[in-house]
Amino acid sequence: MSKLVAPHRAKEAGYISTPQMTKPRGSGPSRARFQLLDRLEKPIEWLIRACGWSSIIGIAAIFIFILKEAAPMVPKLDWIYFFTNSRWIPAPGSGNEASFGALALITGTFAVTGISLLLAVPIGLGAAVYISEFAQGKVKETLKIVIELLAAIPSIVWGFIGLMVLGPIVKGVFSAPVGSPWAHTMQFLHLSSGDAGAAQGTNLLTGGIILALMSVPLIVSLSEDALRAVPDTFREASLALGANQWETVRRVLFPAARNGLLAACMLGMGRAVGETMAVLLATGHSNRIPHALTDPVRTMTATIAAEMGEAVHGDAHYGVLFILGIVLFVVTCSINVAADLIIKGVKGKTS
Amino acid sequence: MSLATLAPSTGNPFAPSDFERRKLRAVTRNKWIMFACCAVLIIPLLLILTHIFVQAAPVLSLDYLWENPSNKGKSGGLWAPLIGTIYLVVGSLLIVTPIGIFAAIYLNEYAKDGWINRIIGITVTSLAGVPSIVHALFGLGAFVLVLLPGINSIVADPKDPDTLWQAGLLTASLTIAVMNLPVVITSTREALGAVPLAFREACWNLGATRWQTIRTIVLPNSLGGILTGIILVVSRAAGETAPILFTGATFFKFVADSGMDKVFPYNLREPFMAMSMHLNIISNQISQMPDKMKFGSAAVLIALILVINSFSIVLRVWLRARKRW
Repeated sequence: MSKLVAPHRAKEAGYISTPQMTKPRGSGPSRARFQLLDRLEKPIEWLIRACGWSSIIGIAAIFIFILKEAAPMVPKLDWIYFFTNSRWIPAPGSGNEASFGALALITGTFAVTGISLLLAVPIGLGAAVYISEFAQGKVKETLKIVIELLAAIPSIVWGFIGLMVLGPIVKGVFSAPVGSPWAHTMQFLHLSSGDAGAAQGTNLLTGGIILALMSVPLIVSLSEDALRAVPDTFREASLALGANQWETVRRVLFPAARNGLLAACMLGMGRAVGETMAVLLATGHSNRIPHALTDPVRTMTATIAAEMGEAVHGDAHYGVLFILGIVLFVVTCSINVAADLIIKGVKGKTS
Repeated sequence: MSLATLAPSTGNPFAPSDFERRKLRAVTRNKWIMFACCAVLIIPLLLILTHIFVQAAPVLSLDYLWENPSNKGKSGGLWAPLIGTIYLVVGSLLIVTPIGIFAAIYLNEYAKDGWINRIIGITVTSLAGVPSIVHALFGLGAFVLVLLPGINSIVADPKDPDTLWQAGLLTASLTIAVMNLPVVITSTREALGAVPLAFREACWNLGATRWQTIRTIVLPNSLGGILTGIILVVSRAAGETAPILFTGATFFKFVADSGMDKVFPYNLREPFMAMSMHLNIISNQISQMPDKMKFGSAAVLIALILVINSFSIVLRVWLRARKRW
């Protein structure tokens, strides 16, 4: 309609308002701030890109700085001795020369980790299956929240629990009068090496239980993610064929989520290997290769934590502690990267 | 069809056969076994926590939080380590939050799916898996042995030891920040990823640039999720012990009993006390420490962590309830 009317007439008729530029309205300062932030787009984008690299810089810096402190000791250390001997004498005294054999520390680390995995993997997988497939409504929410709170308890508190609460219980269970049947049984089954049972409450078993409690929440939440990632059509197809809930879990969900579950257990292991304060307080801190379940042991992490304070900057002991750090770093990093690749493999296959 | 395969003629023809009954029993049994797995986790933990709080009951009071420790922690309260932990948390958050959020924005909004993105993803996972004691070694090697001498050569007066920067709040905060970086990145990235792509597309179609979209659409809509992740980092920072062992935490530092100095006792360049460090030392390195002081210190640390985490959980439930898409 308006096209048919001559412009001047249209104006008279009120079809078109007079075009004129008005100043944009709005409260002054906030608009100015808006424009300022828009004008900063380029620098902020650069900042964001720089921060994107922060994790690469972080991991590279960790490696470089630890290597830098360990470097003077790397050529001097007898590496074969380091990995095959368990004489760890960091401070030379009278009649003792310094000796850096880390075999007992490495054995201790993997013994505690193994015990914790033996406990944590079945319990963690069971709990994850229950939460993901069987629990419903309020129970499910509550269990998830409790598992999350379990994950939040700091490692020093776990160590404290091992030292003050669990340790005395373990000592009570695994001790008996010399010569009694229980003492013989314990020695026979390698439950304890002394003839009166466990010598102290803080030992391999206590540390393993504490580490299991610490890594279970991680295993549960990651396994639950893996189970949830299995499409519902799998479950429906299995149930439609007449399988019941447990058969669905065992024959369909476990194979489908296999890689995710494996990665969850590996990350749990990574956490157990790298744990420091809990094992420092709960494993007894004794440098020898364990022969029985309730022998006190000592781990690489606990050794660094306990001895770094006494080591003099620049001497051999100091360098060797940093070398232990590198060993730990390499072990945990390879576990984590392997787990990551396993998970990514799952994603690649199902998508 | 032979008669043998049919259900017994007496009673219900649809009654489950023995084979089916066995299978059903197996379901019930396995369900209970798995429920027991959850119970094995939860019940002992509840008992242990109750035990700790009962043992700590004689010392727990507001005065216990407000007084400074005295006589190597054998008496007195927990004020000095408590305020030190708060300082440490604030310091590390100030460093890690901007970097972590920007890194997550880069990964989620800018980076294309390529090998760089893949490598960054892998480094985030491996950084998250680095043991805390290795972070401590890194903090010692990088911040205490390289950064501090650098600062001292610029600002410190060699004749006046009071101006010297020691391993302290700054180095400990930096170490904790590096440690928490992957946590912030992962949780923020999840929160950003939860904002639907349609929101961004609508904004781009209106002519907004990438940064304008992030600032006005993506960040406001994911703020709750980001905050949840930050709160979790707070609880991690408050509980960590190993990374601050050699990078600035100390067992004893004088804190005034009254006045402004009681509320602001520490500065960036001096060692500080922290709850986790305090618990570590009093629980196994000081002889004749009364049990109630150990349990009291542990109880306060547990309560602190649980309260912080409950905040995060409540926030998440509330956000999920009012989610609009």
